[in-house]
Amino acid sequence: MANLQSSFLGIKSPNPFWLASGPPTDKITNVIRAFEAGWGGVVWKTLGTQIKNVSSRYSALNLNGKKIAGFNNIELISDRPLDLNLQEITEVMRLFPDRAMVVSLMADNDRNSWHELVKKVQDTGAHGLELNFGCPHGMVERGMGATVGQDPEIAGMIVEWVMEVAEIPVITKLTPNVHSVVPVGRAVVEAGSNGLSLINTIQSVTGIDLDTLVPNPNVAGKSVFGGYCGPAVKPIALKFITTLAQDEITCRIPISGIGGITTWKDAVEFILLGSGNLQVCTAVMLSGFRIIRDLCDGMNNWMDEKGYQNVADFTGLSLPKLTKWEELDINYHIVARINQEKCIHCGLCYIVCEDTSHQSIFKEDGHPYNTYKIKEEECVGCNLCKIVCPVDGCITMNEQRKGADYLNWKEFQRMGLPLNNH
Amino acid sequence: MAIESNRLSEEVLKDFFSDIHPPFEYDEGAVIEANRCINCYDAPCTKLCPTHIDVPLFIKQISSGNIKGSARTIFLSNIMGTGCSKVCPVEKLCEGACVFNLLKEEPVPIAKLQRYSTEKALKEKWNLLIRKESTGKKVAVVGAGPAGLACAHELSLNGVDVTVFEKEEKPGGLMTYGIAAYKVTPEFCKEEVDYITAIGGIEIRTGITLGKDITLRELREKFDAVFLGIGVGKTRGLKIPGEELEGVVDAINFIYNLRTSDYSKVAVGDKVAVIGMGMTAIDAATQSKRLGAKEVTMIYRRSENEKPCTDSQLDIARLDGCHIIWLAAPKEIIGENGKVKKLVCNKMKLGDIDSSGRLSPVETGETFTLEVDMVIKATGQLPYEELIGKSSIRAREGKIVISENSETNIPGVFAGGDAVNGGKEVVNAVQDGKNGAKAILTYIGI
Repeated sequence: MANLQSSFLGIKSPNPFWLASGPPTDKITNVIRAFEAGWGGVVWKTLGTQIKNVSSRYSALNLNGKKIAGFNNIELISDRPLDLNLQEITEVMRLFPDRAMVVSLMADNDRNSWHELVKKVQDTGAHGLELNFGCPHGMVERGMGATVGQDPEIAGMIVEWVMEVAEIPVITKLTPNVHSVVPVGRAVVEAGSNGLSLINTIQSVTGIDLDTLVPNPNVAGKSVFGGYCGPAVKPIALKFITTLAQDEITCRIPISGIGGITTWKDAVEFILLGSGNLQVCTAVMLSGFRIIRDLCDGMNNWMDEKGYQNVADFTGLSLPKLTKWEELDINYHIVARINQEKCIHCGLCYIVCEDTSHQSIFKEDGHPYNTYKIKEEECVGCNLCKIVCPVDGCITMNEQRKGADYLNWKEFQRMGLPLNNH
Repeated sequence: MAIESNRLSEEVLKDFFSDIHPPFEYDEGAVIEANRCINCYDAPCTKLCPTHIDVPLFIKQISSGNIKGSARTIFLSNIMGTGCSKVCPVEKLCEGACVFNLLKEEPVPIAKLQRYSTEKALKEKWNLLIRKESTGKKVAVVGAGPAGLACAHELSLNGVDVTVFEKEEKPGGLMTYGIAAYKVTPEFCKEEVDYITAIGGIEIRTGITLGKDITLRELREKFDAVFLGIGVGKTRGLKIPGEELEGVVDAINFIYNLRTSDYSKVAVGDKVAVIGMGMTAIDAATQSKRLGAKEVTMIYRRSENEKPCTDSQLDIARLDGCHIIWLAAPKEIIGENGKVKKLVCNKMKLGDIDSSGRLSPVETGETFTLEVDMVIKATGQLPYEELIGKSSIRAREGKIVISENSETNIPGVFAGGDAVNGGKEVVNAVQDGKNGAKAILTYIGI
C-alpha cells in the first residue's frame, strides 16, 4: 500500500485531504464527525469581523438530470462568537492530535485587527493560518475578501502585517475573480506568505426561478452574485493552479489545491498539476463526510498501480506537459476510427461532425440501424466524435503523422508552408 | 366443469384487470428515465415506429420540463399516441430498436414516457393542435377505429368537415372493443376519442352500418371523398368437427363482452383452450385466467420461433399460469349434450417455409386429447368479405386493394387500416389513416 501521509508546510496529516474553510468546518460537531470519518485536516471556517448571514444561502446548477453540476453560496464568514470558535478549535485539537488544524482568517483592513486575530488564533495551538483573500460576496462590499485578493498591493500589505506576528505557517487563499492570479500570487509570495491555496469561489448566477423571475438563491425576492463551486469549476481551478505552479516566483511556495474536487481522480489531477495537498468542501456538502473513504482508497489503489510510494512522487508531473500553443507539434495528426463491433448506431458522432465539425463521417442508411464510417481524408482529429460516443473504446484516435519531425507554428511560418484549404 | 360467470370477488377482479403497465407514479421517475435517453440521431426507435414519432425529441422535452411540447411532438405524428403507448408491442417496435439493447441494457421505456406526457395532455385537455378554418369541404369516414379517427383528425386539422359513421354504439373500434381490459379501460377509450374530436370539425354518428343504414353510393354523392376504415370482422373458423358446440367462442366476441359488461357477468370455463398465439390469443387466455378459469391452455400449430406475439406478451400469459402447447393444431372438438367436453389435437412438426415466410406446420399423425369445457378461437380475423364483395371495390381475399396514395379503384374512395392490411397493430392503422387523409387532401384540392 502506498503511503498517503502528508506534510504541507510541515503541517502533518494522515492523508492529503483537508476540508476547506466553509460550512462543514464552522463548529466542533461537524469537525469531530469529519475527523471520525477520516479527514486528514480542516481549515476552520473564516474567523474575523462581525457579520450576519441571510436565508436562503445556496443554489445549484443541474445538468440533464445530473443534480448539482455546479453549486453556489452567498454565506459569509463565521457568524459565531470568536471566543466560542477558539475554544472549540482547542478542544478538537485535543481530541484529534494527529489531524491538521488550520484556521482561516479575515480581519478588518487594519494592521492591529490582523495582529490581534493572528495572535488569538495562535494561542489555540493551531498548526497554520489561511488568509481569506477570496470570498467574492458580502465581504467584498466592505473592502475585504476578494477585494483584497484582486489587488496585489493591498494583498501584499496584509500578508506583511500577518507575517510580522505569525509564528506558524501562513497560507494565502486567492480568488479566481481575476484575469490572472499571478500578480497577486507574486505579491503575497514576495510579502512572505509560506503557501498559497486556490481557488476560492467564482462570482456567479446559477439560474432564475422562471415563475417568480428571481435569480437563485432567493432572499425575500432579491438575490446577489454567489460564489460558484463544485464539479463545474474544476477545470478553471486546474488552470489557475497551473499558472502559479509554472510561474518562476509563485512556484517557490507550496500550493494547496481547491476547486470542485469530487473524486480521487480529481484529486490526483490537482496533485499532478502541482498541488501539495487538497481541500474539499462542496463534495462533502452534497454527500457528507463519508466520501473520504473512496478519495483515499481510490488514490491509494492508483498509486499502487503506478508504483508511487508517496504523494510527492507524482506532484507536478503533468506540469511540463502543459505548454504554449506555439510549441505544439503541427505534424502530429490523428484520425478517428469507429470500431463497428462496438458501435451501437446512435448516430451522435455523425450528427455532431456533420453539423458542427468537418463532415468527416459517412452514413450508410439501414433499417433501423445505420452504419457510420470515418472519411479519413476529411478527419482533422478533433476528438468530438469520440467525446460524444456513448461506448468507451468504440471510437479511437489513431496517429497518422503529417511529417516525421516535430514542427511548431513558428517554424511552419518561417518555412512558408501552405495553410489548409477546407 | 361448467362455463360460469362471477367466479371471483369484485375486489379480485378489479385487481386482476387493473393497468398491466402502470404509469410513472412520480414526475421524477419520468425525468430520470428521460435522461437515460442519449438522443440518437436518425433514431432507430423513430424508424421502427410506423407513425415515425420523433422519439428523441419528445423524450428530450420531458427532461427539459417542456411536457406540452413533448405531447405535441407525439400527437403531431400519432394522435392516438396515448392509446398506442398502452397497446403497442413496443418490444418489437421502438423499444426493441433502442440502442441500449445492443449494450444488453434495458431500453429507454419509450412507451411509458409517451404515456406520461400524452396522458397529462388528455387529463388537462391541452389544446395542442389547432384546426385550420373550415374550407367547406366534406369527407365521410366509415369506421371510428384507429384508422378512421386518425384520418378524420388529420382532415379536420386541415379545415375539412368530417362525418364519421360507426356501426357500434361507441367510437374507438378495436381500442374500445377488441383489446384486453388491463391495457386500456373503456373510460380511457372515451377520453382519447374526446380528445381527438375536441379540435372540432368531426361529427361521429354511431349505430350506423355501411351497407345497411347507408351505402357507399350515397356517401360518394353527399361528400367530397370517402375513407373506409372498416376493420375486420369475425374470427377465422377452425373448420373442424365440433366447432358448433356450445362453449366454442370467438376471441373477439369474448373480449367484446368483457369490454362491454361487468367482469363479474362474463362467463368463462373451468378448463379453457385458446387456439392461436397472436396478441388477441394472449389477451383471451390471460383474461380467461383472470376471470377465474382454473386451467388455460394455449395451443399453437407452429413452434415458439414462429409465434406472432412478442416475448413479453407471452411472458404475461406464462406469469398468469397459462399452459402453452407448441406444435399442436385442433383436430376435433368432442361434445356431450351439445357442450364442449374434449379437444383433440394433432401433434405437428415444422416443415418447409410457407408463404408467410415461416416454417410451416405439418401433421405428424399423432394426436392428444385435452379435457376442456371452453374453446376460444383466436386464429385471426376475417375481412368483411360479404360487405366488400357486394360493392364494386376491388379486393383481394376480402382485403381492400389500394394504390400507393391510399385510393381504392373507385375514385374518391380511400381506405386503410385492418380492412386493407388484414389486421395489424393500432399504430399501423393510425399511419394508414394519416396517409389516407393526406391523399384525400390532395384529391379534394387542399
